Amino acid sequence: MAVDAAPRIGGRKRSQRALLIEGAVVIVLALLLIFLMPAVLSGFRLSLMGRFLALAIAALGIDLIWGYTGMLSLGHGVFFALGGYALGMHLKLQIPPDASSQLPEFMSLYGVTEIPWFWQPFYSFNFSVAAIILIPTLLGALLGYLVFRNRIRGVYFSILTQAATIVFFNFFNGQQKLFNGTNGLTDFKTLLGADVNDPQTQFTFYTLTVLFLVMSYTLCRWLTSGRFGRLLIAIRDDESRVRFSGYDPTGFKVVVFAVSAALAGVAGAMFTIQTGIISPKAMDIAFSIEMVIWVAVGGRANLVGAVLGALLVNFGKSLLSEQFPEIWLFFEGALFLIVVTVLPDGMVGWVRSQRNQLQALLGRRRQLVTYPSLEENPEVEREREDIGN
Amino acid sequence: MNAKILETENVTVSFDGFKALNQLNFSMDTGELRVVIGPNGAGKTTFLDVISGKVQPTEGRVLFKGRNVKRLREHQIARLGIGRKFQTPRIYLNLTPRENLEITSNRHKNVFGTLFRRSSTDDKRKVVLLLETIGLTAKADMLSNLLSHGEKQRLEIGMLVAQSPDLLLVDEPVAGLTDEETQNIGDLLLALAQSHSILVIEHDMEFVRQIARKVTVLHEGSVLCEGSIDEVQSNPRVIEVYLGATNVASL
Repeated sequence: MAVDAAPRIGGRKRSQRALLIEGAVVIVLALLLIFLMPAVLSGFRLSLMGRFLALAIAALGIDLIWGYTGMLSLGHGVFFALGGYALGMHLKLQIPPDASSQLPEFMSLYGVTEIPWFWQPFYSFNFSVAAIILIPTLLGALLGYLVFRNRIRGVYFSILTQAATIVFFNFFNGQQKLFNGTNGLTDFKTLLGADVNDPQTQFTFYTLTVLFLVMSYTLCRWLTSGRFGRLLIAIRDDESRVRFSGYDPTGFKVVVFAVSAALAGVAGAMFTIQTGIISPKAMDIAFSIEMVIWVAVGGRANLVGAVLGALLVNFGKSLLSEQFPEIWLFFEGALFLIVVTVLPDGMVGWVRSQRNQLQALLGRRRQLVTYPSLEENPEVEREREDIGN
Repeated sequence: MNAKILETENVTVSFDGFKALNQLNFSMDTGELRVVIGPNGAGKTTFLDVISGKVQPTEGRVLFKGRNVKRLREHQIARLGIGRKFQTPRIYLNLTPRENLEITSNRHKNVFGTLFRRSSTDDKRKVVLLLETIGLTAKADMLSNLLSHGEKQRLEIGMLVAQSPDLLLVDEPVAGLTDEETQNIGDLLLALAQSHSILVIEHDMEFVRQIARKVTVLHEGSVLCEGSIDEVQSNPRVIEVYLGATNVASL
């Protein structure tokens, strides 16, 4: 972890000011994304940007459970895909009344004559929106409760999440009649009467994605600051100690897992509507591991790092796959290796550790951060303050 | 104030047939400062594990303020009012001492209380006072992994107190400390003993002498004898199993 040893003096006012500045920066960035990016980027790059911003929402969720609470989930693709399918099903039910068949075309193809019962509620837009959030949340809460109550942790937890991923993958992959199997749901037409492939509608989706990302960031920021966030770090660092302090970690872990599942669900829905397809590929183990890579590259236990990591890795991936279609996967592997071996705290951690050198370059006073030579001895500092008062 | 705060009745803990505790009967009064000593493997740490719920007794029962804690889980026992300090300081290294104390002093330890309730001015004042008591005021806002070993020990004791327990279980608080730090910890425990019941496990006889009023000697999972430090040290059986005949002179 990055060490921030500078004693915070006159804490409250300063932290309030920092919070205001942070809020302003987030708003400015969001406005830039919405108003400046469309002018700078080509249509194709902008639509990529929209998709990657959606993935960044999922990265925030991963950071919440892995970076802060220390649970490495390798199965978040399931929640992502469930969010995507929930919206996809609603989109597939937008059939013009004068069409020859009132079923999604793949169903007619496989000889289904009546819409399956669990598709019925997805006619409703409101239900579908609720399902995007609630289905992953409830599944996450249920899985989490069963796993955490039995004190399954660490590697065993990661393996379990992978196993769950395989179960869901096989289920969705095998259900031709219900979910169109391997091909997934695609060829979406309209949403609330608007043509989903129209550039104007797509720009609306892009704007919504930016807004959801800001909201998700705010939510995660709220959860990770304050006592709750500190308790998450405490659970990560020493869970059994937390029990002896009188807390039951199970509840906290269930809540965090459910929240991060919900974020993945929202990410999945926004990604689906911008790519125009959701298939069992999103439940592929490789994709779930990729999510973890974004966070590792950006910097664990740092929300900005998670967002940056998701954007950079994905843009890197799309550029490399254009240039070197055959070998770009090697780059991704190499990137992960580099981060794990050289930059364990990711990019943000690296920038932090280099802050001194950067400040020296800018001609500012260097700060020493190792204990014996804390920039100023805290005891002396304190006395000085006392005399000042 | 003569009620028993802690009693164990015929507590046996066996791991695959090995009896770490064997028909242990122990009791201590409310407000008492008790030191438990014993050679390696006497079952001292297992004893604390049983009280704090980490290990379930195979037989017998543990009563805290007359209530059986057998089926309760660790956090429930902690909420009843038993705080535990571990052999090696277990503090949250990535939090500051102030944050360490804040999360342990939180009075609403369920998810929603932690998330939505703001800490009251009272709680904050309590944390400030505690920081003063454990001598970490100046270092309250730096990461705890920068603290020295002795400071970490003091912080963990502070965390115990922050929980406002009635009974403190303290496992070898001075292992690896300098003489001065040992003295510090001793003074701290004596100060705390005025308002808490404390059960200390210790090896360091100098230290035991500094703080002990009544000493219990454990041997092979049972109580060997009990009494003042002088009585215990002159007990021939204790000398035989624990101190070793040759060491008596040096004590």
